[in-house]
Amino acid sequence: MKFSRSVAVLVAAGAALALTACGGAADDAGGGDGVTVTMLPKNLGNPYFETSTSGAEEAAGELGLALEEVGPETSTPDSQVPFINTSAQQGVAALVVSANDPRAIGDALDEARAAGTKVVTFDSDTDPEFRDIFVNQATAEGIASKQLELISEQIGGSGEIAILSASANATNQNAWIELMEAQLASDYPDIELVEIAYGDDDDQASFDKTAALLQAHPDLKGIVSPTTVGVAAAARYVSTSEFKGKVAVTGLGTPNQMREYVEDGTVTAFALWNPGDLGYLAAYAASALVDGTITGAPGETFEAGRLGEFTVGEDGVVLLGDPFVFDASNIGDFDF
Amino acid sequence: MTTVPAHGSPLWRRALLTREAATIALLVVVWSVATASVRGFDGPLTITYLILDITPVLLVALPMTAIVVTGEIDLSVASVVGLSSVLFGLLHQAGVPLPAAVAGAAVAGALCGVVNGVLVAYLGLPSLAVTIGTLALFRGLAVGLLGTAAVTDFPRNWTQAARATLGGTPFPSVTVLLVAAVAVFAVLLHGTAFGRNVFDMGRSKEAARFSGVATRRTLLVLFVLSGFVSALAGVYYTLRYGSARGDNATGLELQVIAAVLLGGVSIFGGRGAVHGVVAGVLMIGVLSSALRLEGVTVNLINIVIGVLLVLSVVSPRVVAAIRARRPARPPSTSLPAASPSVQ
Repeated sequence: MKFSRSVAVLVAAGAALALTACGGAADDAGGGDGVTVTMLPKNLGNPYFETSTSGAEEAAGELGLALEEVGPETSTPDSQVPFINTSAQQGVAALVVSANDPRAIGDALDEARAAGTKVVTFDSDTDPEFRDIFVNQATAEGIASKQLELISEQIGGSGEIAILSASANATNQNAWIELMEAQLASDYPDIELVEIAYGDDDDQASFDKTAALLQAHPDLKGIVSPTTVGVAAAARYVSTSEFKGKVAVTGLGTPNQMREYVEDGTVTAFALWNPGDLGYLAAYAASALVDGTITGAPGETFEAGRLGEFTVGEDGVVLLGDPFVFDASNIGDFDF
Repeated sequence: MTTVPAHGSPLWRRALLTREAATIALLVVVWSVATASVRGFDGPLTITYLILDITPVLLVALPMTAIVVTGEIDLSVASVVGLSSVLFGLLHQAGVPLPAAVAGAAVAGALCGVVNGVLVAYLGLPSLAVTIGTLALFRGLAVGLLGTAAVTDFPRNWTQAARATLGGTPFPSVTVLLVAAVAVFAVLLHGTAFGRNVFDMGRSKEAARFSGVATRRTLLVLFVLSGFVSALAGVYYTLRYGSARGDNATGLELQVIAAVLLGGVSIFGGRGAVHGVVAGVLMIGVLSSALRLEGVTVNLINIVIGVLLVLSVVSPRVVAAIRARRPARPPSTSLPAASPSVQ
């Protein structure tokens, strides 16, 4: 039975090696005795969250926090739970999380908070009872009015526009579209919304719907697409068509997807929030919770470095601000 | 001839030198290293989370042990977990009372097992190919039924029950279920005629059949058990994470099979024991927990599990090969130096 001993030695060596090797690496990274904050995005390897984490790291540097980013490969709630559990085990001071589900991770967050960890959600909230603060990137009103402001500027304040949405039952899209319709009626009497098309957040379908919109409405002057997939597909169609320069395309997009079309002149400007600022503010909110400056009650205020002072709103929501406008002058500064 | 046992060493020594004992010893080593060097590992939450984390793996590993002992494999288990999770969620959404939804998911899991079992046992198809197919099929059904949506509105008393601890101890209440399941499978595999048949089939299916073992029925029963238990794991998974999704437990089969092989079950069939598998499951749980506490990425955790899996399959072979070469040499070192190079 010598072989079983050899097996044991072999496997033990491997396991012990793995543990000690990793132990060494982590000691170097998180060796600070100060306040530790864990950053848990929806998933790792996502440029959007890489930008928010670097914003949080910037804030952590200013505040002297030890910030560690962990996260799953896929953005599912069950894969986020073990990392929340781990934060509870470690007793980290604060957990900054973008929730993959508003309820599914709630029990795990409860346990972390019972262990003394402050919980800040950013980008995607949980139900308010599961966290201390939600750092909201933008309100529905802000998103709706910023997009109308952009399209109105780009078409000279009058003419036909269309909306290219995601799926017909996407909650957030429909909320924004409703608000846009209301604001169009009250504030933009010369702009007519002629059609709402649905590209199902599918690149090809959105591309085809753009072509169909332009055919169906020869006088169309602009397309607003409040979805990153839709706006990029619409811009791609317009950039290679006769409508380039004649039909404005704007909406919610990411700099990496839109860069080409801003550079070739198809798109003048589009909106989104700045995820770097979002992460930065979330880290400041976490720090303010840990040092007791705020508890999450409405009306409390805290300083957030270069972003200035923020006030906690209803339900513990802190609003980053109006959507951020990307155009040829600043798109080079962003990589997400 | 005499009463001297066939084995040269006493029973206690043989017990200490089994594959299972090696895994248990290794588990103790890893646990000690983690307690001594990993920050947060010695805290009270570690055992709670460890058991919550390993519950689906351990549940599914029990029937998997029996299947691997027969020389077959069931790669579709994680997809059955996902499919039963989705069905459980959909039944709940449709207003079915939760106990009935659990039963519905369990029946569906058993049916998945019937599909695998009939294809493998009665059509004689290789289980590797069949269950790779059903891995894709069941996962496809799960994702197809719910799309990218999730059912998350489970009553909180149910989701909390899945995580609750037994008053004042770090042990979650699910520990009771686990101990019962382990006991049932240990008795089934090591204490019944059915279990002896399973081991006989693993040594030689032909021989087992000729000696009167109902090999087809045995295999079918094992695959149905595997589907049924995977479905229960799916219900637990859904409640623990409060979320029924088509992609729940994707890749769980890797952990299950790694744990089974690490626990000393031979991938070629015929050998294995439930206590070794329990140790194998705990080993993977402890390693994952410790590595996560160290802030190691999921990818690296998977690499470690993968390496352990390969080592546990390869090392007996390597050791056997080394041992096979030894008797060929005379006891002394007087062998001509040229002879090894003949090879």
